[in-house]
Amino acid sequence: MTPEQHYLLQARQMQALSFSVHIPLVCFGIAFPTLLLFVEWLYLRTGDPLYRTLARRWTNVMVALFAAGVVTGTILSFEMGLLWPAFTATFGSVFGLGFAVEGFSFFLEAIFIGIYVYGWNRLSPRLHFATGIPIALAGFTGSLMVISVNGWMNHPSGFRLSHGKAVDVHPFKALFENAYFWHELIHMYVAGYIVTGFLVAGAYAVLRLRGRWGRYEQTALAIPLTMAALAALVQVLVGDWSGREVARYQPIKLAAIEGLRETTNGASIHVLGWYSDGRVKFGIGVPKVLSLLADHRINARVQGLDAVPARDRPPVNVVRFAFQTMVGIGTLLALLALVYLAVRIRRRRLPRSTWFYRALALAGPLSVVALISGWVTTEVGRQPWVVYRVMRTSQAVTGARGIPVGYGTLLLVYVLLLAAVAWVLWRLSRKPLDLEPSLSAAELD
Amino acid sequence: MLHLYLIPLIFALIGLAFYTVLGGADFGAGFWELTAGKGPRAQAVREHAHAAMAPVWEANHVWLIFVLTVVWTAYPTAFGSIASTLSIPLFIAAVGIIFRGVTYALRAGATGPRELSAIDTVFSISSVLTPFALGTAIGGIASGRVPVGNAAGSEFSSWLNPTSLLVGVLAVTAAAYLAAVFLCADATKLGDRRLEEQFRRRALGAGIVAGVIAVVGLGVIAGDADRIFDRLTTGAGLAGLVISLVGGVATLALVWRRQYELSRYGAALAVAAIIAGWALAQSPVFLPGLTVEAAAAPRATLIAVTVAVLGGAVILFPSLALLFRLVLSGRLAEGGESVDLRPAPRLVRASRQGLLARGALACLIAGIGLLTAAEADWAHALGVLSLFGFVAFGFPAALPPHVLPQHNDAKPR
Repeated sequence: MTPEQHYLLQARQMQALSFSVHIPLVCFGIAFPTLLLFVEWLYLRTGDPLYRTLARRWTNVMVALFAAGVVTGTILSFEMGLLWPAFTATFGSVFGLGFAVEGFSFFLEAIFIGIYVYGWNRLSPRLHFATGIPIALAGFTGSLMVISVNGWMNHPSGFRLSHGKAVDVHPFKALFENAYFWHELIHMYVAGYIVTGFLVAGAYAVLRLRGRWGRYEQTALAIPLTMAALAALVQVLVGDWSGREVARYQPIKLAAIEGLRETTNGASIHVLGWYSDGRVKFGIGVPKVLSLLADHRINARVQGLDAVPARDRPPVNVVRFAFQTMVGIGTLLALLALVYLAVRIRRRRLPRSTWFYRALALAGPLSVVALISGWVTTEVGRQPWVVYRVMRTSQAVTGARGIPVGYGTLLLVYVLLLAAVAWVLWRLSRKPLDLEPSLSAAELD
Repeated sequence: MLHLYLIPLIFALIGLAFYTVLGGADFGAGFWELTAGKGPRAQAVREHAHAAMAPVWEANHVWLIFVLTVVWTAYPTAFGSIASTLSIPLFIAAVGIIFRGVTYALRAGATGPRELSAIDTVFSISSVLTPFALGTAIGGIASGRVPVGNAAGSEFSSWLNPTSLLVGVLAVTAAAYLAAVFLCADATKLGDRRLEEQFRRRALGAGIVAGVIAVVGLGVIAGDADRIFDRLTTGAGLAGLVISLVGGVATLALVWRRQYELSRYGAALAVAAIIAGWALAQSPVFLPGLTVEAAAAPRATLIAVTVAVLGGAVILFPSLALLFRLVLSGRLAEGGESVDLRPAPRLVRASRQGLLARGALACLIAGIGLLTAAEADWAHALGVLSLFGFVAFGFPAALPPHVLPQHNDAKPR
C-alpha cells in the first residue's frame, strides 16, 4: 500500500459527506426560485396579498438555504485540491473550465439573490420580479456546468494521456460534446423539482395534520405538490433513459447495479436480495427484464462483472442497494403523484384523506434519500476510477496526513450546520402570518 | 510581452484583488463586530456592520471560487501542489467560511439580543480566522515553501513561518481597515454622525496599525525569504510597494478629511498595488522550480479559459454594477413600505385548464415515444423537451382551482 492510499477510504467518505450535505441544498437552488417566482407572478397578476405573504416567507427560507448552499459548495471546491490534488493537477486543464464557467453562474445567483431578497418593497413590483429570473436561470446553468464535469469523469474524452500528463486537450469538446452528461443533467434537474416540491409540500402537510388548513396553507401546499407530482412522473421516464445510457457507456456499472457476474443473453433482474459469491441471494428474480430495460430486447446481451478483472470492479452491494433504494422510493413517489392527480382530476379538489398527508409528509425526506442514493449509485458505481478507465481514485488522493482529523472536524461542523438550518427553518415557520383576518379564516375546502 | 500563459493568471490576480477588497471588507466587518464590546452603542456598531454586508456577502465570496477555478484550470500542477501542501490552513479557512455562512442563515431566524450576540460572536471569530488562514497560505507560496508535488512540502512549517504569520496578520488588519473605511461611507449615507465618527476612529487606527505592520513586516521578510524580499525592493516589485504605500497614506488623509467616497477607491488601490507588486516580484516563478510558463495548461485550455472569463465578464460586471448601485443608493435593505398593486384580471379560466390538460397529455405521449421507444439521440432530446412541455402545460392545468386566481377572487381593475 502506497502512502497515498493510506487515507483513501476516509477521503472518499469525507467527499461523500460533503456531497450529501450539499446536494439537497442544490435542489432548492434549482427549483425553489421557479416556484417562488410563480407565486410572485400570481401576486403581480391578482394583487392578492396572500401570494405576497407566501412569496415573502419563502424568500426567507431561500436566504437561509442559499447561505448554507454557498458554503457547502465552497467546501466541495476546496476538496478538489484538499482531497484529490493529483486528479486536479493532472486533469484540471481538461475539466476545470466547467467549474470556471459555473463560477459566473454562481456570481449571477449570488448577485441577484442579494437584490431579490433585499429588494422586496424597495424596487417596483415588476422590477423585483425580473431580478428573480436570473436566479432561476443560474440554477439551471450551474447544474449544467457541474454535471458536465461529472459526465466527463464517467465518460472521459477530449484529451490524450502521455507520460501521465493530459495532452491534446480540448476542454469544450470534453465537457459539452459528451453524450453521457445529458441524461445525468436532466435526471438531476428533475430530481431538484421532486425534492424541493415534496419537502415544501410536506411541511404544509404537517400543518394540515395539526389542523392548520386555511387557504394560505392549501395554496402553499398545492403549488409545490403539483410541481413535484408532475416531475415524479417524468422522472420515471428519464430514469429509464438514464439506465439505458449507463448500459451503453458503463456496462460494468450496470452489472454492479444488478449484481450480474457473467455476461448473459436475456438477463433477468433481481429485486432486493444480496450479492454474494457471484450471484444475488434472496432476491426476487424477473427473467429477461434487465435485457429489456437495458436494450429494449428481451434477449439482448448484458455485460457481466467478469468482463473486467476483480480490481476494476465497483463494490457491488453498495451500488445495488443504493440503486434499489432510489428506484423503490422513486416508484412510491410516482404512485403518490398518481393518487394526487387522480383525486385532483376526478374530484376537482385536494385529497382529503389523512393518510395522503401522512404519506406526503414522509415523501420529502424520502426524496432526499432517493437523491443521495442516486448519486451513490453513479459515484460508487464508477469506482475504482475517478476518471473512468483512465485514473484510479487511489492515484488521485492526497498524500497529506491530516485526513482523519479533517474528516472528524467536518463531520462535527456539518452536524452543527444541519442543526442550525433546522433551527432557522423551525423559527421561520413559527413567525405569525401577517394575513388579513378574512383570508386566514377562509376555509375553502 | 503578454504571453497567452499569463492571461489567466492576470485574471486570477484581478479576482484575488477583488476578493481582498470586497471579501476583505466583509471579514473586517466581522472584526469590528468582535471588538465592538457591549451595550447599545456596540449593538448599533454590530447592526450597521451586518446590515451593510448582508446583501453583498455572497457575491463578494464568489471571487474566491473564481480564483480557485481559474487557477486549477489554467495552472493545474501548481494548484494541486499548493492545495495538498497547504491543506491545513486551507481547511481552517474552509471551516471559517462554513461558520460565517451559517451565521448569515441563522440571523434570519434569530430573535432577541442574546441570540443575536451569540450568533455575532461565532461570525466574528470566523471572520478573523478565515483571512488569517488564507494569509498564511499566501505567505507559504510567497516564501517559496510549496514544492511541486502531492503534499511534497512540510505540512506545518509551510504555513507556520515568519512570512506566513506576517501575511496572516496583515490580511486581518487590512480587512479591518477596508471595512472601517467602507462603513464610514455607509454611515454618512445613513446620516448617522455618531456611527460615522466611531468608524472613522477605527479606520484611522487600523490604517496606522496596518502601515506599521507592513513596514516591520519588510524586516521579517528580509530575514525569512530573501528572494521575494530582493524582488520586492527592486524594480517592478518596488513600484507596487510604493504605490500601495502612497495609496494607503492617501486613504488615511481622505478619511481624516471625511472624504469617504474617494477613500473607498484609495483603499482598493492600496490593496491592488500590493497584490500586483507581489506577483511581479515572484514572476516568472510560480512555485520553486516551476515557472508560470511551465505550470500553464495546454494552449487550447488557456484559450478556452480566456474566452470564458471575457464572456462571463460581459454579464458579470453590469450585474455587479447594478448590485452595488442599489446597495450604495440605499435601495436594498430589510423592511420598507409595501407598494400597492393594481391587480390584473385572472390568469387561467377554468375552461382553459381542460385545454392545458389535453396539451400536457399530448406532450407526455410524445415524450414517451421519443425518449423511451425511439433510439436516436435527437429523438431523446426532443423527448426531454416534450416532457418539459408536459410539466409546463400540466402545472397550470393540475393546480386546484382555488389556488389559481378565479373569476370571483380577482378584484376589479
